[in-house]
Amino acid sequence: MIRIGTAQLWVHDQDEALEFYTKQVGMEVRSDVTVAELGNFRWLTVSAATQPDIAVVLMAIPGPPVMDAETAQQVRTLMAKGFAGTIFLETDDCQAAYEELRGRGVEFAEAPEERPYGVDAAFRDPSGNNIRLVEPREITG
Amino acid sequence: MVFISRPRDLLRAKDLADAQYSEPLRVDDLARAAGFSRAHFSREFRRAFGEAPHSYLLTRRLERAAALLRNTDRSVAEICFSVGLQSVGSFTTSFTRAYGMSPTAYRAAMPPAADHALIPACVLRAYGRPRSRTFREDRGPAHP
Repeated sequence: MIRIGTAQLWVHDQDEALEFYTKQVGMEVRSDVTVAELGNFRWLTVSAATQPDIAVVLMAIPGPPVMDAETAQQVRTLMAKGFAGTIFLETDDCQAAYEELRGRGVEFAEAPEERPYGVDAAFRDPSGNNIRLVEPREITG
Repeated sequence: MVFISRPRDLLRAKDLADAQYSEPLRVDDLARAAGFSRAHFSREFRRAFGEAPHSYLLTRRLERAAALLRNTDRSVAEICFSVGLQSVGSFTTSFTRAYGMSPTAYRAAMPPAADHALIPACVLRAYGRPRSRTFREDRGPAHP
């Protein structure tokens, strides 16, 4: 059986991303390990408190020789334009979550709106990644 | 590096267009959100996203209008105002140019809303937005 364990988002600054996802979005740090023998590569993941087994890697964009400077710049540019990553978060109450996150300074690009599939809202993380916050409607039948 | 923050600032302006298209938002407001002068902003926005900001904003509004035509029974005028446009005449003209038929004909031609039910809003917004069209046919055929 296959299940999802970890998915990745590029971020342009891991400290800033960590602060955002923990203090503002309310996630928990799952792992934060810096490996000296890998050129201080930092494996940084966060999870929702209710889902300790599913994590998001907040991945810094590497330099050479892992990634050549031109590619790194392309990734940075794509990320800043908002085309590098998306996560769909779910909540039982989109309006309440929206107010809670706004109270912690998260800037929303879309306020909660009724959609055929439920209520959803959207914000961006500091790197420009598109994060949706969906309260799914129960599908009957 | 300036390279990082500039597209991010432009994205802020694009997000503003996405979030507040229903307000009487203008390109000046978008330029302000990005922290650029208007002329510089238009040039940089086009470089980053491949079209001028006024055209992005208009097609964003047209996409919403098309969704409202498909999903609601509100009148054409009401839909025009609710997507931030102020003239029904120019709305009809822009809509017809973008979708190849008038708002009324578009509504009649579309299947009911439930067919689109489970596609996330951001997908509808991005994929449903029409290409911007000019009257001048200087860019080749409308449907390549």
